[in-house]
Amino acid sequence: MTLQLVLLVAAALFAVGLYGAISQQVVVMVMMGLEVMINAVILAAGAMWWFLAPDPTGQVLILVVLGAMTIEMAMGFAVATLWHRAKNSDMTDAATDLAG
Amino acid sequence: MLVDIVFWVLALLAVATAVLVFVVDSMARATYALALSFVAVGLIVLLLNQNYAGVITVLMMLMEMAIMAVYMVMFMGMNPALMPMSMVHSNRVAIAVAAVTFVLLGGGALLVDWPTRRGAPPADLTAALGQALMGPQMLVMIAFSPVMVATIIGGVVLASHRSRYDRFGDDLDRRPPRDPARGGVGR
Repeated sequence: MTLQLVLLVAAALFAVGLYGAISQQVVVMVMMGLEVMINAVILAAGAMWWFLAPDPTGQVLILVVLGAMTIEMAMGFAVATLWHRAKNSDMTDAATDLAG
Repeated sequence: MLVDIVFWVLALLAVATAVLVFVVDSMARATYALALSFVAVGLIVLLLNQNYAGVITVLMMLMEMAIMAVYMVMFMGMNPALMPMSMVHSNRVAIAVAAVTFVLLGGGALLVDWPTRRGAPPADLTAALGQALMGPQMLVMIAFSPVMVATIIGGVVLASHRSRYDRFGDDLDRRPPRDPARGGVGR
């Protein structure tokens, strides 16, 4: 297990998440894509920390990323609930209210 | 050697289950696949000796995915497992963007001349992290708490069915308020 290998796995996870975030039509599935990308960031940050500078303060970054993920999830579900209530839809294609 | 084998198994599991999220028909299965991917990454983080971050990742994500499964069932108008249909748009573009991203990031990971390790890990990492959080890094946590409070308030405001603007109008001057049932004494 080397830094390069872990970062390669993280890159694969990030690419899979990016595919999901771009291609999915259901709002909650888009959020799952974003979560996979954050998953990759956690892995990369953990590997960087251990292989490059194992100082305890660096781990705080991982906790911040986890916190950002919580916020993304909570606000994403709130918006999905609002969207579902207002338009009875859960598809991103229908969310064109702000389009030009 | 054993660590390497465990790492490869977990790495393959993490990536394979992440792919499964967007392949399986059932929303519930997609959620469980994502949960498995998170558990695998949490275990790799544990392999990297970050006990606290690894365990927190596993615990948090299992709970998050349990909630997500409920939302999935709630919001999906139909069950794709019973009625298979394509739920994607611009699939080819997305695959191309993902492939280019992987090549760029993976190439960077392999080709960059990474610096050698600086410093040594403390003997008790979890205790050191706790002391960092309660000491020099406390500002991060203090800055984080109002963001969390704002998230709670924002989530409730966005998701609540009726708010005071629905009752009193946009300028809060509608009297009596528009309520589904009349209430109060003498009304």
